[in-house]
Amino acid sequence: MLVNNFLLLGAVLFCIGVYGVIARKNAVMVLMSIELILNSVNLNLLAFNQLWAKDNPGHVDGNTFALYIIAIAAAEVGVGLAMVLLIFRNRKSISLDELSEMKG
Amino acid sequence: MLAQNVQVAQNIGFGIIAAVMIASALKVVTSSNVVHAALALVAVLAGAAAQYLLLAAEFVAVTQILVYVGAVMVLFLFGVMLTRAKLGRDADLNNKNAKVGIPVALLMLGVMVYVLIDGWHATKLPQDGGQVELKNVSDSIFVPYLLPFWALSFVLLAAVIGAIVLARKD
Repeated sequence: MLVNNFLLLGAVLFCIGVYGVIARKNAVMVLMSIELILNSVNLNLLAFNQLWAKDNPGHVDGNTFALYIIAIAAAEVGVGLAMVLLIFRNRKSISLDELSEMKG
Repeated sequence: MLAQNVQVAQNIGFGIIAAVMIASALKVVTSSNVVHAALALVAVLAGAAAQYLLLAAEFVAVTQILVYVGAVMVLFLFGVMLTRAKLGRDADLNNKNAKVGIPVALLMLGVMVYVLIDGWHATKLPQDGGQVELKNVSDSIFVPYLLPFWALSFVLLAAVIGAIVLARKD
C-alpha cells in the first residue's frame, strides 16, 4: 500500500475541516470541524510511524503522539463546549459573528 | 505475486472507508441540520479508527472509538441540546461569506496534494512488518515521553477544572 493513500486522505480531511472552520457560524459546528482537522493529523502521524518503523523496529513514537493528540482533543472539546455554554447563557445565541466586543 | 505486491484487499478496504469518510466529512461541514452533522462526524471518526487498524495501530484505534465515538460525541450532543439548537433544518448555520472558504480550502488542498505526490509518490508502507506491540507503546509513553505525559495530565486536570468553573451557574 502506498503511504500516499493515507497522507492524501489526511490532506482532504484537513482541508474539509478548514473549510468548516471558515464557513460555519454556529460555534458547535466549528468545534466539530476542528475535530476533523485533529483526526487528519493523527492519520498522518500513524502513516509516518508505519513508514519509519520499517527501519526502526520497536519504535512507536507516532502512536504515542497520536494518543497524546486524542487526549488533547478531548480536553479541547470539554473547555470549548463549556465556553460555548457560557456564551449561550450570556447572549442567548452562539453565532460567532456576533462576538465582536474585541473589535478595535 | 501481484496480490502480494499490490495488497488488493487492503487497498479495496482503504478505498471504501476513505470514500465513506470523505462523504461524511463533507456532510459535517455542509449539512444544515446540527444533529445530522454530529452523526456524520461519528461516521468520520469511526472510519478513522478503521484506517488506524489498517495502519496496524490497534491501541490507537480502540482509544479512538472509546474517546471520540464514546465520549466526545456525547459531549457534542450535550452541547447541541443545551444550546437549544433547532433540531430540524436550520438555515442560519453558515457565515454570510461562507463561500470564501471554498477557494481557501481548495488552494490548500492543491498545495498539499502537489507536495505529497512530489515527495512520496512511490513510497510504500512495509508489507508485513511494523506490527505495533502495546508493550512498545507503553515503553514509549513512560520512558522517552514521560514529561509530555505529565504535562498532559496537568492539561487534563486544568481542562476539567476550567470546564467546571466556566459552566457553573452562580
